[in-house]
Amino acid sequence: MISLSHYLTLGALLFCLSVVGIFLNRKNVIILLMSIELMLLAVNLNFVAFSHFLGDGAGQIFVFFILTVAAAEAAIGLAILVVLFRNRQTINVADLDELKG
Amino acid sequence: MSFELFVFYVFAAILVFAASRVITVRNPVFAAMFLVLTFFTCAGIWMLLEAEFLAITLVLVYVGAVMVLFLFVVMMLDINVEPMREGFVSYLPVGLLVGAIMLVEMVFLLTQRYFKNENYPAPERAGAEVSNTQELGRLLYSEYLFQFEIAAIILLVAIVAAIALTMRRRPDTKYQTPSEQIGVTKSERLRVVQMPSEKR
Repeated sequence: MISLSHYLTLGALLFCLSVVGIFLNRKNVIILLMSIELMLLAVNLNFVAFSHFLGDGAGQIFVFFILTVAAAEAAIGLAILVVLFRNRQTINVADLDELKG
Repeated sequence: MSFELFVFYVFAAILVFAASRVITVRNPVFAAMFLVLTFFTCAGIWMLLEAEFLAITLVLVYVGAVMVLFLFVVMMLDINVEPMREGFVSYLPVGLLVGAIMLVEMVFLLTQRYFKNENYPAPERAGAEVSNTQELGRLLYSEYLFQFEIAAIILLVAIVAAIALTMRRRPDTKYQTPSEQIGVTKSERLRVVQMPSEKR
């Protein structure tokens, strides 16, 4: 029988993979955005699992809103990326030092 | 091992494999493709959890829209991948260390007896007459109506922001002005001339 901890462990695994992805690809903004999408997916998996095992639809509603916000975030993030590439001809994070931060 | 558990393990293996390829693959196009596989497999796992509407939404919205957007951007930008790979190996140990510590902590907590079947018994499988979409729709349009409207506004703001960010006016671009095109009168375009017929 699949228990709740199966799904939660899978979600944790996915989340840790995306954290490692942010560490490894810290130069490439596109892969960073993809890692954030993976992270949101892991969170959504936990929400859906709890919603199923507790018999409460609120978790699925929450996933619905997370999907909405994530889609908006991806659209704006990619728009920023396009503008960035148009102005600087690079998306390498190491080259984005205009603010001297 | 029941068939359900078998399906879960197969999907989980594909999910973890695809996610690990997303973060390690060299070409961003392949990364986007593996992310598509990840979303697709996750939709399968959500089907196991009887969240049919969300599973289909995930495929439609993420695979159909967001990932296509990602692919558009990846292919539109002429990116030199090699300089962005430098530091990959040097960050590998610390990344793996942090990831492994987080994973061990989480798995240690989540596999305790608390989340096992005796505390969270798996609910009975819903029959074919139970509609997940209907249930979600009832919640969404009654209890969560206000949040639903706010989500719509967030999407609108995202559209406006994305267009405002990427739109640029070039001074040398030729474009039509529809208001002037509509506003023309007959006298501006048509000139009636009177001329005598020529002699043969």
